[in-house]
Amino acid sequence: MPAEGIGKRGYCTLEELKGTPGCPGDERLCRGAVAVIECLQEIPCNPCEEVCPHGAITVGEPITNLPVLAEDKCCGCGLCLAACPGLAIFLVDVTSGPGEAEVSFPFEFLPLPEAGDGVAAVNRNGDIVTAGTVLSVTNPQRNDRTPIVTISIPREFAMEVRGITIPHRGKGQR
Amino acid sequence: MRITDHPILGREKPRKEITITVDGEPVTAYEGDMIAAALVAAGWRHFRLTRRHGEPRGIFCAIGRCTDCVMNVNGRPNVRTCITPVEAGMVITTQTGSGEWT
Amino acid sequence: MEETDAAIIGAGPAGLAAAIEVARAGGRVVLIDENSRPGGQLFKQIHKFFGSRTHDAGVRGITIAHHLLEECDRFGVTTLLDTVAYGIFAGNGIGLAGGGRTWTLHARRIILAAGASEKALPFPGWTLPGVMGAGALQTMMNVHRVLPGRRILMIGSGNVGLIVSYQALQAGADVVAVVEAAPSIGGYGVHAAKIRRTGIPILTSHTVKRVLGDDHVEGAELVALDEGWHPIEGTERQVPADTICLSVGLTPLTELARMAGCRFTYVPALGGHVPLHNWDMQTSRDTLYVAGDIAGIEEASTALEEGRLAGMAAARSLGLLTEGDAASKKADIRKRLVSLREGPFGRLRRELKEPFMKGREITHAG
Repeated sequence: MPAEGIGKRGYCTLEELKGTPGCPGDERLCRGAVAVIECLQEIPCNPCEEVCPHGAITVGEPITNLPVLAEDKCCGCGLCLAACPGLAIFLVDVTSGPGEAEVSFPFEFLPLPEAGDGVAAVNRNGDIVTAGTVLSVTNPQRNDRTPIVTISIPREFAMEVRGITIPHRGKGQR
Repeated sequence: MRITDHPILGREKPRKEITITVDGEPVTAYEGDMIAAALVAAGWRHFRLTRRHGEPRGIFCAIGRCTDCVMNVNGRPNVRTCITPVEAGMVITTQTGSGEWT
Repeated sequence: MEETDAAIIGAGPAGLAAAIEVARAGGRVVLIDENSRPGGQLFKQIHKFFGSRTHDAGVRGITIAHHLLEECDRFGVTTLLDTVAYGIFAGNGIGLAGGGRTWTLHARRIILAAGASEKALPFPGWTLPGVMGAGALQTMMNVHRVLPGRRILMIGSGNVGLIVSYQALQAGADVVAVVEAAPSIGGYGVHAAKIRRTGIPILTSHTVKRVLGDDHVEGAELVALDEGWHPIEGTERQVPADTICLSVGLTPLTELARMAGCRFTYVPALGGHVPLHNWDMQTSRDTLYVAGDIAGIEEASTALEEGRLAGMAAARSLGLLTEGDAASKKADIRKRLVSLREGPFGRLRRELKEPFMKGREITHAG
């Protein structure tokens, strides 16, 4: 069952993720910015479906269905990132420049990074895998206090990097 | 330690400062604080001493159910400090066991 | 006052929702809570809720709390804070104590929404200052804006343990590890994923052997468990911490229901002793209802819906709603409750609750 890994480790592997309907295929990834929905368990939840203005996410009934991403309808607007209560949706753009990719993720911690900052980018396990640069940090009213951070990283880490280090983690206090 | 800025709760709003006395020492609190919160912010870890062995207890449930945080407040023992708001001039002391009226 | 249509004990999400429904239907409501602020555990829930978007999914618990309080005001609910309901007596008399006096409130209908309390897990050193419930840390951080410690060890990987660990990071503390005795993580994968990306380890098949420290927590000794849940000798290791949080389950606060003579059932996965109730949230005592965690440990979203259901059923039984009106509104709520009790996490709760929610309905007032 796809959720086994996440239930044991607390994060999913890329193989587990690729088996779900919320993960875009490689072909779509290569075409430009697209949402990557990392939702692997049947939980009653559907804000992603309701917030997408392009009808690119379907949950339907019952609302425990895993969200299905309609790759061709997804234009990479990123509205779903702040709407997901599980903070489980990311935006990936592997066409941002040669050898580069942009990854956007929700980041509800202080201090918030700023555009231009150099950061240590982490994978789903919290391990630092590469260095990155912050391109933007947006926090509009409609996000209800879920800022979205976009970083630029080497392209090969596009489907691995899902966050950045938090300075006080491992150090006892902010 | 007070959380002056928080990613969801925002910045702490300014509140009126209140001084309470705890075991003879002045402690700074703010209007609206629960006694236990003001003590925790001031670094307090011990709240009461057990009857038989005089062991310290700290906050446990923080919602008025367990009584590990009870102290003597203005002469009255067994006050659940986690759900009792501070008042200016409160005199608070550590109690042992079920405490005494003082 | 001494007499009312509906008395609701507990001003958390279930109690607030019930109060609103009865007041909306025109009933006089007295809402009672021993705390100095209403909202129950809702004001600690600074994260966005799951569920259906049309019913507050994606909204933070604290925002939902504010909406409920506004609605209570709007419908004229009388709220008694700093007031303890210490007993239920014959003739639906509720013993109340507050402000230095005691009195009895007679209510035609009573809704118990007293919630739950955290379970404790004893181990050597568990009484040291610094060992507290996960909910206690959550209250201190999110309601009182103070940190009782900076290096937190979380015991238990259910949703509470995972969410409070995340919130500890938001508050500026560090979480050393989440320790889980079972071989798999108890809470939602997305909650676990949020904290795994920050590098917080989740140690399954581990438990605390003992606390380190003389008069307050300075660390803990962890030990691995085998398939039979027995400690494996030689796997002990020490971790520094100044706070150890217990997130090992909740149990319904049922004293008033017991006192009132309600019949109970015992369901460990729902928290233990649960008052028997039907789909109207009515107990074995006709004029007494339950809603929220007191009726079995679930979530804030189910507590809200059960509160609505209990409020509506009480209003109907008081003759404040017509049978048709009540029936269709209740049917909508029941559908939402069924939907919230779907999936691998929710299904278990549904399978446990539904068998004892027999279909006895109230069809007339009084």
